[in-house]
Amino acid sequence: MKSAVVVFPGSNCDRDAATALTRATGHAPVMVWHGDTEFPKVDLIVLPGGFSYGDYLRAGAMAAHSPVMRTVIERAKKGVFVLGICNGFQVLTETGLLPGALMPNAGLKFVCRSVTLKVENTDTPFTGGYARDQVIRVPVAHHDGNYFTDADTHKKLVEEGRIAFRYFANGFEGQDGNPNGSLDNIAGVFNSAGNVLGMMPHPERVAEAAHGGTDGAALFAHLAHSLS
Amino acid sequence: MKARVHITLKTGVLDPQGKAISNALDQLGFGGVNSVRQGKYLELDIDETDPQKVRASVDDMCAQLLANTVIENYSIELDG
Repeated sequence: MKSAVVVFPGSNCDRDAATALTRATGHAPVMVWHGDTEFPKVDLIVLPGGFSYGDYLRAGAMAAHSPVMRTVIERAKKGVFVLGICNGFQVLTETGLLPGALMPNAGLKFVCRSVTLKVENTDTPFTGGYARDQVIRVPVAHHDGNYFTDADTHKKLVEEGRIAFRYFANGFEGQDGNPNGSLDNIAGVFNSAGNVLGMMPHPERVAEAAHGGTDGAALFAHLAHSLS
Repeated sequence: MKARVHITLKTGVLDPQGKAISNALDQLGFGGVNSVRQGKYLELDIDETDPQKVRASVDDMCAQLLANTVIENYSIELDG
């Protein structure tokens, strides 16, 4: 699998994503600066976490219109796989590649901690490395992760199996559960074609034992396996 | 020509910041505030002077960038 990581001014998880991809594929991804419109043909494009353009106007709003995104949108529409993590998810909703919007957390605070997720749909190249309903621990670190969409779109997401991950709000004591007030505990969604995934939690931060957890590794490993 | 754009959250979209402001007003003793909705206000200085053209152009700006129409409404006022 050939991959690329887009770097916006203010991205801060680009190298973490690159490290996780390198571990999964055996070679380094192409790093693409936001001002570039041309980059090599790849099987997967990752939009990393961070605070592109300082979250000015709305998180992801500026990055969604940066030159590189024209190419990303074009390729996503042709079926190239795109993974947006955290700020990357916000960028994807702002471009319209994914439905809904990410609003400020209901608690009005930046939330930085591990959360428990349930894998809702394992029938995709992104999530095929997990068992159905598997419960995993992945960190979140965001101020705007409160997923919202209108009732019709939400119904469609549920019916079409397009909810990738939900915050696992039940069954755990203490601080677990929904960290941001997102609708229906949604932590990640697919587009209708299934080649674009946006998620607020950071799988690249639990991709090797030294991170204190490895629950994110299966996502990158299975993408590498499926797209090779 | 000056254009003023108000961006507000759609009805039904939760506004935790507005709620926090409302609670703060209540704690300060300002009674009778039923609710607060927080929005954004932008002033644009535009070369064009034809109001119709300015309105069309600012409308486009709102739809493409200034507002997120999934969660926000916008209104445009022109000066003069």
